[in-house]
Amino acid sequence: MSVATDRRTDLKYRVGLNLRAVVGRSYPRIVGANREPSWIFFEAFLPLLGIAAYVFIYQFFGLQATAAILGNPPMCGDHVCASVAEQNQYLAAVNANTNALIASVVLGGTMVAFWLNVLWSMASQLYWEKEIGNLQLYMMAPMNRMALLGGMAVGGMVMTSMRAVSTLVAGIFVFGVIFQVANPLLLLAVFFATLIALYGLGMMFASLYLLWGREAWNLSALMEEPIFFSSGFYFPLGGLFRIPGWGPAVAIAGSFIPASIGLDALRQLTLGSTAFGGSLWIFNVTTELEILVGMAVLFLILARYCLAYLETLAKREGKLTSRHQ
Amino acid sequence: MSTYWRTFKTAAWLGWEMDSNWTEPWLFVLYSVIKPVAGAFILVLMYIVFVAIGRPQGDPDAFSYMYVGNSFFIFVASVLFGTFQVIQSDREWYQTIRYVYISPISYYVYILGRAASKIAVSVFAVAITLVFGVMFLGVRLHLALTDVPLFLVSTALGLSVLLAGLFYVFCGVLFPLSVLPNWGQAVGRAIPLTYWFDITRRLLTEGSTVNTTLGGYDAPTILLFLVVSSVGFFGLSVLIYKIGEYFARKAGKIDMTTSY
Repeated sequence: MSVATDRRTDLKYRVGLNLRAVVGRSYPRIVGANREPSWIFFEAFLPLLGIAAYVFIYQFFGLQATAAILGNPPMCGDHVCASVAEQNQYLAAVNANTNALIASVVLGGTMVAFWLNVLWSMASQLYWEKEIGNLQLYMMAPMNRMALLGGMAVGGMVMTSMRAVSTLVAGIFVFGVIFQVANPLLLLAVFFATLIALYGLGMMFASLYLLWGREAWNLSALMEEPIFFSSGFYFPLGGLFRIPGWGPAVAIAGSFIPASIGLDALRQLTLGSTAFGGSLWIFNVTTELEILVGMAVLFLILARYCLAYLETLAKREGKLTSRHQ
Repeated sequence: MSTYWRTFKTAAWLGWEMDSNWTEPWLFVLYSVIKPVAGAFILVLMYIVFVAIGRPQGDPDAFSYMYVGNSFFIFVASVLFGTFQVIQSDREWYQTIRYVYISPISYYVYILGRAASKIAVSVFAVAITLVFGVMFLGVRLHLALTDVPLFLVSTALGLSVLLAGLFYVFCGVLFPLSVLPNWGQAVGRAIPLTYWFDITRRLLTEGSTVNTTLGGYDAPTILLFLVVSSVGFFGLSVLIYKIGEYFARKAGKIDMTTSY
């Protein structure tokens, strides 16, 4: 065995090589993206406007409900308020629910940032790399292709976290959202399990998108609003179960996206399991964490298999790097 | 003039081909419908959740207000974002901007043509969303025959403004301006889209009790505000385009790719 071959098969060398590949691929996303100060406007300020719109909708609903309770006659639910005490009780409930719904939107907004990053900077990325001619370089490089996807994921997570943090900060200071975190360790566990599962899904999609070619753009576009809806990004997912017939079916379909279960758990951990009367949650937090861990493992394994299949296909057909297919 | 028209026509056809990504038209139409309808459903669910936990008797006026605004926002989302993506896709993805830019056509008309195909697709999506709302969600719509010319004029003006710019939050798209603080209302009143959405709602959801803060003006006055602000915004868009083009040429960035 030659010295070069011996070195390539050395575990320490291979681990080091793949770690360098992870760092190298995440570098342009973490450092490069921040060299251009305009990211603050595009990544932090503009997305806030979209979230603010949903926040104002709930505030609008809250004001309408408050006006009905304080109206003449004062309405408490579907009946006229029997006493001032009942009226005050309904007012307090409307305020608490409005805050909880706004907090749900803010949390959903942070997850939207990650989901969009998964769609456009993970799933579509290999396709774009092919279009601009980088894919053949990646394929020739000696590192494992999973290290490449891992670097994209790490870079994407860090880059997107900045937008997510700005959304959270704005939610607390601008919209006056109150979060009550009783178990921060569990919250972190759920958050990272959700991210790993989400980016695992993105890594799997990256290979599939490359196979599907030009449909990548439409597929990513198709997985924005429909996923925001079916995964409950702007409302508690349990709301879908209130709709007889198609509602639960859509909610179950949406639950295959890790963000839906992750958001449900994050909302329980930050708003308290008694928020919304405790009636809009899917499972308890522990069960949801177990599901998320299962999803993370499953998607990472599937990503590996999809990538292996793609490489086999590329070798057989020899057109992996053909552009505009 | 014939060059402008030919440019517009060809760009519109190119836009359609690129947006539909050379896929089957029926498949692209399906994509174009599912996305906005799902967007409308987000609002439906937000309403259902709030009714379930906040106001059991519901508020049909608020729901109709929100639904109509969201339906017409499909124009905004696809045309506004799609228009600046013309530059991005030509420059970054297909790297064809240098050839289009040096050809003897007006690049501004070319962008307008590319946006036109997005409007055509959006018309279909808006119609589907409104019909769906009326048939299955109890949205109350009514358009008198005598109001049709006013509706068409305001829609045409609103669409032309989309090419110029927008602040989504400040135009009363999904909630009335009264929800915003005073400075936010002032920003909203300076944007033509506020008047477009207001006049559209007046014509389609007559008798709504929602306080829009523009109730003191009649429809022709709102139309006048829309005309004046649209002309101002259109002039602004041409000015910004010229300034942007000047600096891009000076810095040699017209065909720069970033491989982000």
